[in-house]
Amino acid sequence: MAFWNKTPKTDGDPLLRPLPRRRQLSDRAILWLFIAPTLILLVAMNIFPLFYSLFLSFTDYSAISASPPVWVGLGNYQRVLSDKQLWTYFAITGRYALAAVGLETLLGFGLAMVLREKFHASGFITTLILVPMMLSPVVVGLFWKLIFNPQSGIFNYLLGFAAGQGPDWLRDPKLALWAVVIVDVWMWAPFVMLLCLSGLNAIPEYLYEAAVIDRASPWFQFWRITLPQVAPLLLIAVLFRTIEAFKAFDLVMGLTGGGPGDATELIAVNLYRIAFPPQFQTGLGSALAYIILVLIVAISNLYIRTLNQIRGEV
Amino acid sequence: MKKLALLLVLLMVLPFAACGPAKTPAVQPTAAPAVKELTIMWAQWDPADYLQKVGQLYEQETGIKVTVIQEPWGSFYNRVAAEWAAHGTAFDMVVGDSQWLGQAATQGHYLELTDFLKSEGIDKTVTEATLKYYGEYPTGSGRYWAYPTEGDAVGWAYRKDLFENPEEKAAFKARYGYDLDVPKTWEQLYQIAEFFTRPDKGLYGVAIYTQKDYDGITMGFENVFFSWGADWKDPKTNEVKGWVNSPQAVEALEFYRKLYAFAPPGSSNDFFAECNNHFTAGEVAMAMNYFAFFPALSNPATNPHASVTGFFAVPAGPTGQRFAALGGQGLSINAYISPERQEAAKAFIRWFASEEIQRKWAEFGGYTCNKNVLASEAFLKAQPYNPAFADTMQVVKDFWNVPVYGQLLEVVQRELQAYVVGGQGTAKEVLDRIAEEHDSILRQAGLIK
Repeated sequence: MAFWNKTPKTDGDPLLRPLPRRRQLSDRAILWLFIAPTLILLVAMNIFPLFYSLFLSFTDYSAISASPPVWVGLGNYQRVLSDKQLWTYFAITGRYALAAVGLETLLGFGLAMVLREKFHASGFITTLILVPMMLSPVVVGLFWKLIFNPQSGIFNYLLGFAAGQGPDWLRDPKLALWAVVIVDVWMWAPFVMLLCLSGLNAIPEYLYEAAVIDRASPWFQFWRITLPQVAPLLLIAVLFRTIEAFKAFDLVMGLTGGGPGDATELIAVNLYRIAFPPQFQTGLGSALAYIILVLIVAISNLYIRTLNQIRGEV
Repeated sequence: MKKLALLLVLLMVLPFAACGPAKTPAVQPTAAPAVKELTIMWAQWDPADYLQKVGQLYEQETGIKVTVIQEPWGSFYNRVAAEWAAHGTAFDMVVGDSQWLGQAATQGHYLELTDFLKSEGIDKTVTEATLKYYGEYPTGSGRYWAYPTEGDAVGWAYRKDLFENPEEKAAFKARYGYDLDVPKTWEQLYQIAEFFTRPDKGLYGVAIYTQKDYDGITMGFENVFFSWGADWKDPKTNEVKGWVNSPQAVEALEFYRKLYAFAPPGSSNDFFAECNNHFTAGEVAMAMNYFAFFPALSNPATNPHASVTGFFAVPAGPTGQRFAALGGQGLSINAYISPERQEAAKAFIRWFASEEIQRKWAEFGGYTCNKNVLASEAFLKAQPYNPAFADTMQVVKDFWNVPVYGQLLEVVQRELQAYVVGGQGTAKEVLDRIAEEHDSILRQAGLIK
């Protein structure tokens, strides 16, 4: 009953005659009523699965088995960490993340620098550049599969190869990962561009005016004004893209299916194969998922620490 | 206040009353109403629609409504597996993949049908191979868990206009020394593929399975693997070393890679949809595919070359052996439904397995496994691919169907694709690695002593 208030005293004033007793909710109760649905949803959909999957990572369990989870301690973690094949997939993911995020940063920042200057139809061009990131990754994957086709696709043609003469990007193990990187850059460089553009537009004009008065060179202006001012937003973009690169799944499944061989088998793709059909090794899959999570948290922390340093300097 | 007290007393007494011995009702309830409807879970594709038509016939005859629940292929296994985990009763029967048998049988999801199929003589009505691969677990045990329902296996489609063109025939004979015709051996198929590979004209020899997801490339390779005399295991001991990486297996894998050279560019991740697409686009002279996907190739609405499309069964290997990779599914009863519903499901299978209904099933478009129907003149003439199908169903062979088949499959898919598509390593190295990993998985699962 702590939520219910008593009726206030009226001191005999007829105008303040007590109304029939009505129970009123306290502010605290109302507050809880508003928060409770969200909290319940959060606990049911996020917190509980998080801790339950942590528990499952210490068990031998298959989600489709009638048998209950069997405690195996650190067995699953030991299996994951001693599996050479999984380390190969981690290495492929690392290479992919480095190449994709690096190129997206360069290209995105470069585009933002170009589009910062207003010119005829610059708004329209900006909107057009943003279109790829609004598409479904699976659709993009399937679409680019056609574009990469050495016989009928346009990609090799644009590189100057005649039909059937150029490289088979998705068949060659040395090129397949680059094919995925190219598509990822095409899709997500606009995202980096968008964040950089908002950072560039927020730089006060007087900083440049002061620099011009001091006869600072364009390079000096870029290095000492533009880059430090944009760096926090740029780093946030890099952080998001790095996290996404470690989670990349749908684009790869649509484009290469993880092949040829294990050339594009990113860790998230292999996690799917372990945790879902046909293997359904839920316990092992949970352990791998937690290892990926720890890795992403560690990388994110590095970024955030750098970000804080930059903010301190700016 | 009195009311409140009465309510409290009632609330206190009720739980005890509920725990007390059940009171015999004055009037015995009437017998439980008979089952009025049955549900069958299957993947979303044409054969499921045909089964629904069969279900309508059953309703007309018995008054029992049959509903075929269709789940898209991508989530079919997930949906069934979720029901298994929950001991669910959302469906009475399921038309499940042959590879699920081990898991479903050992974990108690399927009702054992051995006595039922034998006592009714149903086991004798279907071809031996289909009963073995769609129904039996463990293999060779004589214990059955499913009625072979939708027979399917890998076959071939070819362009009759190219094969029968007099100029092509003459050129082929001049080059290879024998008449251009439907290949009887894999070697002939290879030479025909080589002959028709003309990149400058956008024409290639074959479309074959190369996909890494699930079981694509494994199902394609199995056709040569088995036909070369190789196998996944020693049938008696389950030993894999010396079997998976036998000299025959090495030769078969080298052959499959050579054959891939005649596939169109961009064939690095092809399965049934892509193989049909290459064929309908006029890019290939021959295409490998499951028979279940051939109706699309004989339909002018979906294949502009339908009128000149022919079909043939898997050719023979170097020693004359001939095997096709198995597709298709068997009909099983959910072990978690009530005994009454289980009996009703058995009654449906008894009716469905009769020759008359199997004939109707085939007429609708279903791929029957019934021996007599398969051999009947009417069936063989019903569709252009039916003679090849009837032939193929005598020579089918399958991958592992043990509970750890998923882990075994993942290894094969990864290694085969790396070698065939990626050109990495040698066939011997690839098969040695598969044998090593399979041995480890099977020992951990207790399937090799």
